This record gives sequence, structure tokens and C-alpha cells, in this order.
Amino acid sequence: MIQNWMPESVSTFGGDIDSIIRLIFYIVGVWFVAVEVLIVYFAIRYRRRGPRQAAYLKGDSWREASWVLIPVAIVLVLDLGLDVAGHAAWETEKLTLPTAEYEVGVSAKQFNWEFVYPGPDGKLGTEDDVTIENELHVPVGKVVRLELSSKDVLHSFSVPNFRLRQDVVPGRVIRAWFQADKPGTYEIQCTELCGFGHYTMHGNVFVQTQQDYDNWKRDNLKPASAAGAQ
Amino acid sequence: MSTAVAAGAHAHEHHELGFIRRYIFSTDHKVIAKQYMTASALMAILGGLAAYLIRWQLAWPETDVPGWGPFGPENYNAYITMHGTIMIFFVAMPFLLGAFGNFLIPLMVGADDMAFPRLNALSFWTLTVASTILVVSMFLPEGPAAAGWTGYAPLSANALYTGVHWGQNLWILAIAAEFASFLMGGINFLVTTLNMRAPGMSLMRMPLIVWTEVTASVLFLLSVGPLIAGAIMLFLDRTMGTGFFLPDKGGDPLLWEHLFWFFGHPEVYVVALPGFGIMLEILSVFSRKPIFGYKMIVYSTITTGILSFVVWAHHMFVSGIDPRLATPFSITTILISVPFAILVFCMTATLYGASIRFTAAMLFALGGLITFILGGVTGIFLGSASSDIYMHGTYFVVSHFHYVLFPTVFFGGFGGLYFWYPKMFGRMMNETLGKIHFWGTFIFFNCVFIPLFFAGLGGTPRRLYEFSNYEMLAHLQPLQVMATWSLIGLLIVQLPFLFNFSYSMFRGKVAEKNPWHANSLEWTLDSPPPHPNFPTPPRVYHDPYEYSVPGMSEDWLPQDQPMPVGAATAAGK
Repeated sequence: MIQNWMPESVSTFGGDIDSIIRLIFYIVGVWFVAVEVLIVYFAIRYRRRGPRQAAYLKGDSWREASWVLIPVAIVLVLDLGLDVAGHAAWETEKLTLPTAEYEVGVSAKQFNWEFVYPGPDGKLGTEDDVTIENELHVPVGKVVRLELSSKDVLHSFSVPNFRLRQDVVPGRVIRAWFQADKPGTYEIQCTELCGFGHYTMHGNVFVQTQQDYDNWKRDNLKPASAAGAQ
Repeated sequence: MSTAVAAGAHAHEHHELGFIRRYIFSTDHKVIAKQYMTASALMAILGGLAAYLIRWQLAWPETDVPGWGPFGPENYNAYITMHGTIMIFFVAMPFLLGAFGNFLIPLMVGADDMAFPRLNALSFWTLTVASTILVVSMFLPEGPAAAGWTGYAPLSANALYTGVHWGQNLWILAIAAEFASFLMGGINFLVTTLNMRAPGMSLMRMPLIVWTEVTASVLFLLSVGPLIAGAIMLFLDRTMGTGFFLPDKGGDPLLWEHLFWFFGHPEVYVVALPGFGIMLEILSVFSRKPIFGYKMIVYSTITTGILSFVVWAHHMFVSGIDPRLATPFSITTILISVPFAILVFCMTATLYGASIRFTAAMLFALGGLITFILGGVTGIFLGSASSDIYMHGTYFVVSHFHYVLFPTVFFGGFGGLYFWYPKMFGRMMNETLGKIHFWGTFIFFNCVFIPLFFAGLGGTPRRLYEFSNYEMLAHLQPLQVMATWSLIGLLIVQLPFLFNFSYSMFRGKVAEKNPWHANSLEWTLDSPPPHPNFPTPPRVYHDPYEYSVPGMSEDWLPQDQPMPVGAATAAGK
């Protein structure tokens, strides 16, 4: 139900995040409806109908307090259940870094994403790296590791379709990863206020089949000295 | 009690003073309360104007705003910053703490004035200085602060990044002065409550609004220190070239986030708890029933306060902090649902078997409870770290915190105004206009923020000037339009309130001492109460929620009247 409002999930861990969101939605949904219905029912049922006296209930005895404490105990148990369920998804996305099959540097600046690709030597941080603005090309089904850094202020790297979000902090290199499982073009948002051009800080992830990706790579990932490179 | 005597003596000379000492530089807590109320109302108009400008831009991007003109991205960033800063620091706090706390605490605990009446006046005038600084910053050529109300560094730490120089500096000074003001106010609340209660007014006989105001003050006193230090560091970074938050000088932007949210999260409860306190008072009076579970509510309030100090990192799950911190902070955050569940269930149980009178005040209290619950449950999506990865920084968050703050500040606050207006001004407000005001506010508020939950679920980031860069958001634009029309409606339905409030002050029906048949001590006094408050010192015999006591002919029993012998037995005392 709640998923219909969310963009399609196309990463391996996206489903785990969605399951948690769904679980929370159903649990709090039941409580929300139950309490609201009860309040509205009481408000109508116990409206003033002349000078009749209301019940004198202070909730001081354990017997009366249990009307509140038993539901609260259930809330507590559900809370702890959500903590446990939520931890598993968090662990997958944020605490584990599977072996990278593909690495890209992401350098954020007001108001662009710079993607730094390894050149022909296949390594990041060497002289033949190629920088392309606002376009991230990755092969489908491969574990992609991002090395996020910022040249100025805070930014946040977010791809809603991947259920991936990570703030980018100047002075640090923060690692994130994803594995996209469906080819397509997905939008990259900056979700931390970064200045007047914040709303223009937009990019795209192109998730490509291996074939398409190899073609793109052949044409674009040449060292800076070679002709035609950006 | 020498302080009380001194306050009393001072007040006697007070009556011979002229207009200025009596109404402008007064030390009477009731006058100061009205001054706070006026200040917060003026700032609320500014905050509402900012909301209108922002929402117009979001619905119909880059069109001239009617009555204003062009509204560029630099204006947008400035006005979202002003909206947040004004509404939290210059509306919610002066209204709920400054106005209600000042007016009610001495009257309800049976004191003649605050413990430190002059400090109280100084606190208000410091707030006036703070507000003035903030308003002046809006008229600077390069505009006011534009780094968001959270002022995240490095955006806020170097003028290079926003192009705003003195606007941001003045923002820091205004915030710092506001903190100083509420530190003084908080000390007054705490000392008055601890030292100046009337005989018989034990802590467990205090009205819940007093409990929530004092808990809020203590939270503020304990949490604001680190942020004052942070504000000084930020000011030095901007003006003296230090680098506390600038990585190229060895500083760390995350330090600001920690300092800000260590204060910022307790601040939510500083605002929310007094709002709940007001709703609780109203619920009991118009249900004609004792509050269900008084002690449970007191303990929940205190528990919420303690927990609020160990949840701040839930604002920072994806900020780059050690990811192993997420689960511990998720657990503490979600745990806050327990004391709030107790509070909400106790309020619901108070309605059971009641005899409810739907006055404007009661409608606002019920409306506040009903809307707050949605704010509470949507918090779970953000408290769970894994779900927060998706929700963080979207309109879902925007809707969530508006559903937490609007019900407590405005539903609670308006309810409190309709309820205590006769005591404050000696006249009644018009009930019909009050009900129109309630239904308009209730419907339009929900129509602003329910669509925005869905915009957030669809992946709309907050704080964007416009969305046309994003193909994935195009189909969500109608939600933005609906929210804006509803906001315009929400602003318009405040007009009957403004009229009612000012007209009733002169033409309203003259109020009796106790028009609602309520129990707490302020209702034993004339409307409005004299200064000093209590011509004869009151004596308190029981808690303030003794409504519909079995065996009594009246369904209320003021706190200064002993429980009749037969009734006491019947009530199981």
C-alpha cells in the first residue's frame, strides 16, 4: 500500500529497507486507527447530555492503570521488535561493504556531482582518472563502491530508487555501496542544503547492461590526455 | 518567603506608578506574560508570511508572489531559514513558555509573583533585543541568514558559501540573546515552583501544566549550554578566522551537528510538553473528570525529558557518524514512544465516561491530541535508522515535525487562549467565532501536511527552490499545489481569531471569577487577578482534578476547599 507512493526499488538492499518501512507502516497504522477511532468514539459517546455526572476515575489503582499499562507494554514489545528488524537492514546497507567489483570517486561541490572514474589502469587516484560531471555510469548487477568527498560544504548523495542516502562531508572520505539490479536511468539528488543552487544539484545514474557499459567505457573513459575526453 | 514579601511590597508601590512602569517596564508576571504573547503574535505574522512566500514558490515556481513580487532562490533559502528560526525560537517558546508559563505558574502554585520579578522583566526585554536583531537582519541588502534553521557548517561558517555576511552573524547573535532570555526565564520558573508554592501545594498536587513547564525549563537549562558554546565557535569562525567547523583548518562540520542536536532534540520537548500541559488542563475541565493517571503522566513527562538527552544522533544517522551508533540511537529514540503512549492513552482514558462540553478550548485540545498522534507515529519511520535512510531529508520529515509542533504550539496554544482569556483579560471570547476558527484550522492544517507526507514518500527532498530538474517528482506537483491552497486557507481562518481576540478585549461578555467551573487556584481570583495575586494566602487541600466527586452536589471542587467528609469516603480517599 505505502509502496505505491514510493519510486521503484532497483537495488539489492532496497527491498530490505522497503520491508522495514512496510512493517512500521502496518504496526503504527493499526495503532493510529485504533486510538483515533477510540478518541472520536468517546468524544461522541460521552458528549454532555444535560447535567449528568461523569464517572470519577483517577487511574490510581493498578487495576485502572492497567488499561493504560497493558497497551503500553505491547507498544514496548513492538518497539524492540522494530529495533531488531531495523538493525538487519541497516547492517546490510551501512555496516558491511561487500568486495567492490567497481569503484567510483564522487566529489561533491556547489552545485555539481563530479564522478571520478578509474582510467585504463583500473585504479582510482592515479593520473589517468577521468572526471565526468553529473553522470554516473555503472554496469548492472555489479557491486559498486563509492568514495564520497566534498570540496566545500555538506552535501548528501541520494538515489531514491536505490534507497541509498549518505551525507558527504568535507574533510572526510565516506564509503557507500550499492548493487543495482535493473538497467535504467535513475536520478541523483542532493538532499542537504548546500547553497542557493542546491535545487540544481542533480545527476543521473545510468545502470547499463555489461555490453552497453563496455561500449560507453570504451568511448568515454580515456585518460585526460587522450582526445575526446571531458 | 522573604522574596515573596519583597515582591508584594514592590507591587504595592507599583500601583502608584505611571503607564510606562505599569504596562511597559512592568515586573508583574501577568503583564510580562501578555508582553510575551504580543511579541510571539507579531513574530508569528512574520513566520506565517515566510510560509506563504515559500509555499507559493513551491506550488507555482518562479511566478511573482501576489502582494510580494519576485522570489528568487536566494530569497527562498533565506525565508526557509527565517520561518524555522522564527517559529521555534520566537513564536513557540515565547508563546508556550513566555506567555503561558509566566501567567500560570505563580497563579497556579499560589504565589504572588515570580521569585525574581525583575529578572523576569529582563528576560522579556532580552527577547525583544533578540527579535529586533533578527528582524533587522531581514532588511540587510544581502538578506538574512540562508543556511537553514539548523545552521549547518560549513555552509554557515563562511560567508563565501552563501554570500550572506552580516545576516548570518546577526542570526547567531539573535539566537544567543534568545537563549540568554529563556535561561533567565527558566531559572525563574524553576525557583518559583520549588520555593513559592502555597501551603498544601505539594509537588503531586500541582497542575500538570506547571509540571510540563518546569520540566521544559529544566530540559532547556541543561541542553542549551553546549549550543551556546557552539554559537560562539561559529561566530568566531565567521568573524575571527578560526576553524572549529572548517576541515581545511582542522575543524569538523559534524561537531556543529552534535552540538546543535544535543540541544535541538530536547528543544522539541521544551515546546511540546507545555503544549500537552495546556491540553491536559482543558481536557479535564471540559470532560468534568479527573485526569486519568496523574502520576503516570508526571513520570512520563520526566522520562521523556531524560530520554530526550540520549536521542540526538537520530538526526544524524546518514551524516557520516560511525554507523555502529545508529542502532543504539534507534533504540532510545523509539523508546520515547513509551512515555508518549502513556500520555496519549491517559488522555484518551480521561474521555471515557466523561461529560464533554465542546467549547472552542476543548475542540482545540481534542484536535491537538488527534493531530499529534499522526506526528508521533510518523516519528517511528524516522527513528528507525534503516527506514530513515529513505525518509531522511524528505517532505516526510517536514510533515512529521509540523504534525508534532503545530498541534502542541497552535492547537495547544489556541486552546489555552480560549480557556484562560477570561482570566487574562476579564472578558469572554466569542464561542461561535472560536469554533469557526477551530474547524478551519483543523481542516486546513491537515490539508497542508497530509499531501506533503505523500510528496515525501515519493522522494521529494525538502529545501529545494523548485522541482523541475527532477523528472521523478513531476507527477507529485499537484500535492504541492494542494498544500499551498490549504496554507492560504489556514492563514485566512486566523482572521476570525484575530478579530475575536481584539474585539472581545473591549466588548466581550464580562467574565466571572470561574466561568468554566474549574478547580485550580487561578479560578479562585478575580478576572483579571489583582497584583499581588492573592489578597489572602491560599491553602491547598487536594490535587486540581477533583471533578464529579461522588457524593457532592457540585461537579467541581476548587483546590482551596477541603474535600467534604462524606465525599472523601465515597471517593475512596
